[in-house]
Amino acid sequence: MAKQVDKAAIRERIARRAEREIVSGSYVNLGIGMPTMVANYIQDGKQVVLQSENGLLGIGKYPLKEEVDPDLINAGKETVTAQKGASFFSNAESFAMIRGEHLDLAILGGMEVSEKGDLANWMIPGKMIKGMGGAMDIVHGAKKIVIIMDHVNKQGEPKILKQCSLPLTGKNVVDRIITDRAVIDVKEDGLELVEVAEGWTADQIIDSTEAELKISENLQTDTY
Amino acid sequence: MKTIHTSFSEAVNDIKDGSTIMVGGFGLVGIPENLILALVDSQVKHLTVISNNCGVDDWGLGLLLKNKQIDKMIGSYVGENKEFERQVLSGELEVELTPQGTLAERIRAGGAGIPAFYTPAGVGTPIAEGGEVRTFGDKEYLLQTALKADFSLVRAAVGDKDGNLVYNKTAQNFNPMMAAAGNVTIAEVEQLVETGSIDPDHVHTPGIYVQRLIEGKQEKKIERMTVRQEA
Repeated sequence: MAKQVDKAAIRERIARRAEREIVSGSYVNLGIGMPTMVANYIQDGKQVVLQSENGLLGIGKYPLKEEVDPDLINAGKETVTAQKGASFFSNAESFAMIRGEHLDLAILGGMEVSEKGDLANWMIPGKMIKGMGGAMDIVHGAKKIVIIMDHVNKQGEPKILKQCSLPLTGKNVVDRIITDRAVIDVKEDGLELVEVAEGWTADQIIDSTEAELKISENLQTDTY
Repeated sequence: MKTIHTSFSEAVNDIKDGSTIMVGGFGLVGIPENLILALVDSQVKHLTVISNNCGVDDWGLGLLLKNKQIDKMIGSYVGENKEFERQVLSGELEVELTPQGTLAERIRAGGAGIPAFYTPAGVGTPIAEGGEVRTFGDKEYLLQTALKADFSLVRAAVGDKDGNLVYNKTAQNFNPMMAAAGNVTIAEVEQLVETGSIDPDHVHTPGIYVQRLIEGKQEKKIERMTVRQEA
């Protein structure tokens, strides 16, 4: 039980840090799962328009029980509401909006990220393939792609690698990685460690990352 | 003029074995519920189905799957269905997974007379293997071909007798593109109204894309009921 509580706390820590990526006034797509949780932590006073690739710009709160509309869902198929000023449209329009680089930011989950910013997050060979959904389009769409994930896998092995071992979702698409331990930027010449989370040191981050990390001149510690 | 059906089995009775059909919806939202049920009853087999998802085990396209009426599925996410997994692993079902935006655009292109297009989605991934990649500017793009169907089964909130359709909220999803990409498009509408009752400015799908209509009551099953507590 204690372990489960820890897991929830870690997810919250990552989601809260990811929320700081959202600039007031921006259009944002949040992936399914942990990225969707980021919406719960959007700070008061920030004006954000969340896009859902199934055809909604302006996702509102989850509905009260009596407000539930079966025709109104997000891309994770959860019942939602539409906020004031929202619009509905087709999936073709939705992905035109995405591919056309009209979204400012997308926050997505990841299984592996490489030092070149390659992302793998949709299939594990040998396991049943469920499909990529909209991920392969979104990684080429939003102006900034932030990947949130655990720093290491269940076996304690690095997930930030020289090269992804899993089939890719997109090549050279990631701008920033936020994990439970650190914030890492993908630069032209490789990865740069920019923030270290509470309870970790830069050396520990380097040890738990397979890809080479350059330490930022402006490295910040204990930022979340 | 448009054919207005009163029986769902009659509406689907010319969908023959081996047909390619597009079915609107995202998850269970915006699916033509009664047309799918009628296809199950018709026992038509060897279908190629183009739809974003494949229903759940006991509803939507999952019913056609359970009845082994689908030979091939083209979609973007099929993870909600255990029977789907079983049939793929046993080789009974062929799957073509396509990124969701690419799927939407392939269907749009099919209805819009565009045979193929380039998209960045999928470059450098398994879906680009054997595909044609071309560089425009400083970025690589993958060639994708249009999709068309013998029949498109769509769902709208309101339809008039000339085939003009209006969708409700996120039940729009793939329906408008599919309406245009079907050689024969059958629209299941929650409410069939007289021509002229829909404000022309509010039409989502112009009637030219729709050949047949039928009014049907929807169950609108909810896949993931998520609610908040009163603050």
